[in-house]
Amino acid sequence: MSMIHASVDSAIAIAEKRSGKIGAEFYAGRTRSMIERAFMAFKTSSWIIVLSGFVEPVFYLAAFGFGLGQFIDGVTDTAGNPISYAAFIAPALLATSAMNGAIYDSTWNVFFKMHFGKLYQTILQTSLGTLDVALGEISWALLRGLAYAIGFMAVMAPLGLIPSWWGILAIPGAVLIAFAFASIGMGVTSYLKSFQQMNWVNFFLLPMFLFSGTFYPLDIYPEWLQRVIEALPLWHAIQLERALTLGNISPDLLWHVLYFMVMIVGGLYFTTRRLNALFLR
Amino acid sequence: MIIARGLTKKYDDFVAVDGIDFEVKKGESFGLLGPNGAGKSTTMRMIASTSRRTGGELTILGKDPNKHGPEIRAHLGVVHQQDNHDGELKTWENLYIYGRYFGLSRAFLKKKVEELLEFAQLTEKRDVKVDQLSGGMKRRLTIARGLVNEPEILMLDEPTTGLDPQARHILWDRLFRLKEEGVTLVITTHYMDEAEQLCDRLIVMDKGKIMAEGSPAALIKKYSSKEVLEVRFGSKNNADAAKKIAHLGDRIEPLPDRILVYSEDGEKVLKQIHKLGLEPQTSLVRRSSLEDVFLRLTGRTLVD
Repeated sequence: MSMIHASVDSAIAIAEKRSGKIGAEFYAGRTRSMIERAFMAFKTSSWIIVLSGFVEPVFYLAAFGFGLGQFIDGVTDTAGNPISYAAFIAPALLATSAMNGAIYDSTWNVFFKMHFGKLYQTILQTSLGTLDVALGEISWALLRGLAYAIGFMAVMAPLGLIPSWWGILAIPGAVLIAFAFASIGMGVTSYLKSFQQMNWVNFFLLPMFLFSGTFYPLDIYPEWLQRVIEALPLWHAIQLERALTLGNISPDLLWHVLYFMVMIVGGLYFTTRRLNALFLR
Repeated sequence: MIIARGLTKKYDDFVAVDGIDFEVKKGESFGLLGPNGAGKSTTMRMIASTSRRTGGELTILGKDPNKHGPEIRAHLGVVHQQDNHDGELKTWENLYIYGRYFGLSRAFLKKKVEELLEFAQLTEKRDVKVDQLSGGMKRRLTIARGLVNEPEILMLDEPTTGLDPQARHILWDRLFRLKEEGVTLVITTHYMDEAEQLCDRLIVMDKGKIMAEGSPAALIKKYSSKEVLEVRFGSKNNADAAKKIAHLGDRIEPLPDRILVYSEDGEKVLKQIHKLGLEPQTSLVRRSSLEDVFLRLTGRTLVD
């Protein structure tokens, strides 16, 4: 597709190609131009912010996994094999950093562009559609999420925290998780009007991080609370990543994948509708 | 190229555009003139396919913008009232990426961007971040950006608002060149001189409705006289003086700060005023303009 487009030098001819196709009123099939823009802007962005996304889970791993972990015995994987506490929380931290990265990109960055940079208004003057914008921003969040996941895995592996080769799949797993959170996050951001409201997002995320089976198994909670937590996305993310790095593979994992697929489709629909309502009204 | 029939835009209870009809032909320079809040920008946004109409018909190049937004936008260049550049990018990158949004190839854009930088007299500023450009430069960059996709219709919303006179003239010059190249221009403005300079034909809008339509010269001829005499007697005495000179000229228009007397010969009227024993503090005879047309049609001035 891209090869054919690249040789045409008329905006009209390019736009006509999608004429009459399903969704032509909100999708032009050129998400990559949004990603190209993100790369251009990224070149001049602050490296400290970029680096912090990588460093955060490593610090958590050092403090809790190797610090606190010294005092914790008797941790097992779902098959009952003994594992180190660090190996127990590392995949949870991977899942959490995928979530945080996606949320950061799809809330703070998007919020700024929506209200101050007016970037989306400008882009929607062109023949791009709202779904292109949504997918472009989300794809960028995913690329960053992918880089962070690879970075964190590169720290985990030599420390012996990924006992199974299935662990490789934790990288695409992290991307899937990031995709799901970014899809929803961008739609939610479109409702937020001020920086104060942006903090509500953290107000929701922090307890989810602490109590979703990140640092200990859920069975210490009463039954009803377990059910509530099992409905939350981070719990699914952690279960998926932990099963992959520890090699506890079962068909049940597909339920987690399905959970995120639904989140992605629903999130994209929601975000595209919101962009239409905001910028094409 | 553009056909509107009963075009309407409502926001909740507020009617921004109230059932207007107009047509824009190929190669024409079409103006929407009116004060702030007249519905010009809303009309522009509906044509630009970034705002959905709530009633009536709108066809742009044979297509309905509600269904074919991205396709129609491929034909358009849009220059908004505010310069909404991508502040994270440099001058040339702004032009380049905008072309990429249209799907244009890198090779094509490499040439096109330099050409447009030249056109906008920004070649020297190509590697500067856009935030560091002056107001006039930003405006020219916005216009250059609107041309990246070689549009058939260029839409300009208040193109020279906030610019100093010199920058305005440079801009007008650029727009004339585009017009000569056959680009259809759709311009909103609340500046009369701008409408007279740039528009072949225009509609005068007020409160979401069309008050009049025609070429600037025809409108002036129809709704005003050849010349206008402006006299000031001081704000206290104006009303009184207006009564005394009401019979002079074709028509008079008393405003709070001055009195306008419409006539074929302004100097002659001024002499008649002197004969009545009245001494205006200042007097000015000028050609009639679209400002007078607007005043006649709405009873209000354009810029308050």
